[in-house]
Amino acid sequence: MDNDAKKPWGKLIATGTVTAILYTLLFAFEKDVMASFTRTDGMYPLLPVAAAFAFSLSHGAFTGYFWDALGVKARPKVQERSDDADAL
Amino acid sequence: MDAQFIELTAGNIAFLLIVGFIGGLVSGFIGSGGAFVLTPGMMSMGASGVVAVASNLCHKFPKALVGARKRHKFGQVDIKLGLVMAASASVGVWIGAGFMESVRRNHGEAGSNLYVSVAFVVVLTLVGLFVLRDALQMMRRDDADREQTHRFAGWVQSVEIPGTMMTFHVANVRVSALFTLPLGFATGLLASTIAVGGFIGVPGMIYLLGATSLVASATELVIAFAMGLAGTLKYAMGGFVDIRLAMLILLGSLFGIQLGAIGTTYVRPHTIKLVTAMIMLIVAVSRALVIPVYLGELGVLAVAGPAAKLLEGASFAFMVAALAVGTFVIVGAMLKGRQLPTGP
Repeated sequence: MDNDAKKPWGKLIATGTVTAILYTLLFAFEKDVMASFTRTDGMYPLLPVAAAFAFSLSHGAFTGYFWDALGVKARPKVQERSDDADAL
Repeated sequence: MDAQFIELTAGNIAFLLIVGFIGGLVSGFIGSGGAFVLTPGMMSMGASGVVAVASNLCHKFPKALVGARKRHKFGQVDIKLGLVMAASASVGVWIGAGFMESVRRNHGEAGSNLYVSVAFVVVLTLVGLFVLRDALQMMRRDDADREQTHRFAGWVQSVEIPGTMMTFHVANVRVSALFTLPLGFATGLLASTIAVGGFIGVPGMIYLLGATSLVASATELVIAFAMGLAGTLKYAMGGFVDIRLAMLILLGSLFGIQLGAIGTTYVRPHTIKLVTAMIMLIVAVSRALVIPVYLGELGVLAVAGPAAKLLEGASFAFMVAALAVGTFVIVGAMLKGRQLPTGP
């Protein structure tokens, strides 16, 4: 199948790399991160929210490409499963 | 900051990744799920209740965002309905949190736990049985692929109250805001009580407003995003979010939510209702099992020691079983759906 050529390998690797970097940074600097992310003064409470958005952006894209690359895609325009229903 | 943050072990990380994935899969499919296992799961690792709730919320809103975006691509999300519901749900969360606080103050931790468990059992049993009955009826019908508007929703849609009517195009529904507001409020109230507002929001959108199960479960993700974001900010201001726990759950759950969202395009409409009902009813059993424990702590029943431990263990096992059963049905339905003919 020439489907393989259409698979998003480049995007998968790029978003996967960014995600891996984010998780590596989180756990490599675990103590500093926890100290900053649990501060309640100033703008610090926004840090967990900002981090959640950043992780979801890269990891969300990565997981999308991941299933795509595996060939697990949405059903293309559900053509009448209603074949049988319409006949009734 | 007096919150308790735990040391992460390999076992803890594996638990968060696996339950995160399964919770994400169920969320992507029925609009909510996972919180009822993740929160007690994190508490059993040693996290305090408030940290478990806060960290769970911090993974919930980005997960819901990714799921909502995915299902929006499939044309299943009614953003306007989601935002309208989310607005009144926020008020419900706020009032519900205040009520929870007063229950805790007046009746202690056991009283609060008892209230939450009774709310779980009553709401999930009633709504779960209703949804299950409807799903089974749909399965038996010849036109199982056509989702009919429930007669109650038909009545709600027929009520014209000038100045309050709203049209939701994706859901293909025109109803008075006087119906959406209390529904959103109840969703928020339940979310603040049992952490899973979707158990009232999704059936409410289906049976009260007349949305299809596909649109209701997808739109619930918009509500979950809004409530999760607001809740995370509130808890972050108290320094309670453990970002490590939240991001570890997110690591697994985003794989799951993408798959669950894709799964909705392969299954028949009654499958979403069936999975929702099964999970609700199994979780209801789980919470019913711990009610004697809390009654024991309040001195009403003589339940303590090994008996209490046994009931708590069985309760947690049932919650895990709820997710496992949901996963089994979703994956099975997807595999079956992939064999059906597709369009060009």
